[in-house]
Amino acid sequence: MKRIALLGMPNTGKSTLFNRMTGGAARVGNWPGITVELLSGKILLGGDMVEIIDLPGIYDLHGFSDDEQVVRHFLHDNVPDLALVILNATQIERQMSLLLQLKQLNLNVVVLLNMADEARKYGITIDSKKMAEMLDMPVFLLSGKYGNGYPEALQAIAKALRYPTPGMAEQLRSQLEQDEHLEAEMARVLQHAVQIPAQMPEHLSDKLDRVMLHPWLGLPLFFGIMYLLFQAIFLLGQPLQLWVGDALGWLRSAALEPAVGWLPAIAQGLLLDGLYNGVATVAAFVPLIILFFLFMAMVEDSGYLSRAAFLMDALMAKMGLDGRGFVMLLMGFGCNVPALMGTRVMRSRSLRLLTMLIIPFSLCSARLQVFVFITAALFSPAAAPVVLFSLYLFSFGAAILTALLFKGRYQNNEPFVLELPPYRLPTLRQMLLRGWQEVSHFLRRASKFIVAGVVLVWLLTNLPPAATPGGTDTIAGMIGSLLHPLFAPIGIDEQLTIALIFGFVAKEIVIGALAVIYGQVGDALGSALAQQLDWVQAYSFMLFTLIYTPCLSAIATLRNEAKSTRFAAFVIVWSLALAWLVSFLFYQSARALGY
Amino acid sequence: MDATLNHSIMSSLTLAHLHPGDSATIVAIHAEESLHLRLQALGLRSGKRIELIRQASFAGPLQVRIGTTDVMLRRNEAAKITVCKA
Repeated sequence: MKRIALLGMPNTGKSTLFNRMTGGAARVGNWPGITVELLSGKILLGGDMVEIIDLPGIYDLHGFSDDEQVVRHFLHDNVPDLALVILNATQIERQMSLLLQLKQLNLNVVVLLNMADEARKYGITIDSKKMAEMLDMPVFLLSGKYGNGYPEALQAIAKALRYPTPGMAEQLRSQLEQDEHLEAEMARVLQHAVQIPAQMPEHLSDKLDRVMLHPWLGLPLFFGIMYLLFQAIFLLGQPLQLWVGDALGWLRSAALEPAVGWLPAIAQGLLLDGLYNGVATVAAFVPLIILFFLFMAMVEDSGYLSRAAFLMDALMAKMGLDGRGFVMLLMGFGCNVPALMGTRVMRSRSLRLLTMLIIPFSLCSARLQVFVFITAALFSPAAAPVVLFSLYLFSFGAAILTALLFKGRYQNNEPFVLELPPYRLPTLRQMLLRGWQEVSHFLRRASKFIVAGVVLVWLLTNLPPAATPGGTDTIAGMIGSLLHPLFAPIGIDEQLTIALIFGFVAKEIVIGALAVIYGQVGDALGSALAQQLDWVQAYSFMLFTLIYTPCLSAIATLRNEAKSTRFAAFVIVWSLALAWLVSFLFYQSARALGY
Repeated sequence: MDATLNHSIMSSLTLAHLHPGDSATIVAIHAEESLHLRLQALGLRSGKRIELIRQASFAGPLQVRIGTTDVMLRRNEAAKITVCKA
């Protein structure tokens, strides 16, 4: 199968284009020569199946960051049949250097000048025919966002694929060290093919930034926006989640119970109380997940995240981190795994490790499910969103405390230089694609971990057969009693302990496990919890769940990225200790105050 | 051009000294190789016009503009870039 590599600088709309080309049907895979995973997708092009690989965005082919090395090693060991180079047309004068670097490798290249619509607004005119002639490669103007120019580009790609790759230079590096030659050629092409006005007209981004990056309005605005976003997710998502939960509960009593009525009691229990209750409870969160990632996609694609880095850098510097670390924390609100991988842009190992140490405290969407469910069950509708927000504050608090404690061990003097892209309005299509990707990812996880997890929970809480289901004489009850001395001081009973053990694998299992333990779903599970726990216990449980450890995938990612098992073990031990300490302080002081 | 260049090297005015709204021409970048390459990739090269847009509060980073590219960098890094005004 022919292989197309997608190359370009960061912020060129490369991933948007990749999503458009593959229709969101991408998979994560390993490649020879590199240790990180890349996204790839197969599409039908000109009658043949071709594979497209989305390489990390880089500024420089001979740079020193991990991403730049990944691209170099990938090209070296997996010579693509075509390099599809995406440049941001509004920044053509500096992005062309990467293109010329790639041209020197003698690769088969098709050039796409993305964001042509934006460039026009800046008054930049590009003669793509002239440029194609001078560079001796096909050049197309397009807008990845709206798809203009896309069909023509696809045709050219299909055509270019018919010719074999001219050949790959042996000594990659030595070829690339011809900066002077590059600069002269760049100036020549720019002079003849591109016209840029001397004075840029004031752009909408400038006007927005005057408010958003205001010296003293900027930070309050930022926190205000975040608060409103999370309020909206909770207010919209929570009723949806209850509604889906109820619908799934109804399905059980109306259709499933009669259907399996002929089975022996233990098989019925395993299927209905174990598998169905567990999976249904987790599935009820799908609307919340969709909503959450729609909002996340909006914030990420808007260009506001780099503004957050700008606003927060001074404060992050006091913790031995930088503005990017703060953005990673925000990304971690979605899922800790990509946030951990995002630290690759940092060159200093100390800075990277310190950032990876705090990311697991970021309240990810899986933990959000647990908190949404428990706050809805134990707090009044007016108090629930405030309780939820307080958990976000604890999430930041744990990260800040950890960074302050360990910044001495992970000292660095990494420079902080970051591009500030203009604001962009994400299109509905982009948001929906992103939402769909996240949901399919969630469902894949659900089918693996969660099914196995809830079945195991059911077995543990129902075996040996003579025991009372969920009672102290079951295996789970015995494990719970064993750990009781450890969890009693923080107000967590035996049943919740079991849920926490499974939460170590994936936080999505926690509520599923509770559903299995209590044999209830939806509203009924909520009231069962409300009967068993008071709010102090519930809050202590949530604090522990927030801090004690990210999921197994996050730990595995952490180990891979840090290339150190010791570091991963240290993260687990520290977060367990901190979780216990915070829950202990909260639980004991609340009790001492008479709550 | 040469006269102003010499003048600014002698007085060693850096990007960190500029105020929001000031424009200047980059004279030289005194940074280690990796930072130098990165700044170059972002369009910061000697001879280029650079405008200081704003500074973040609490002595935070600077926002500068080179052509159509906006870049943020810390004062530490800005102090490594000598410029001449006008």
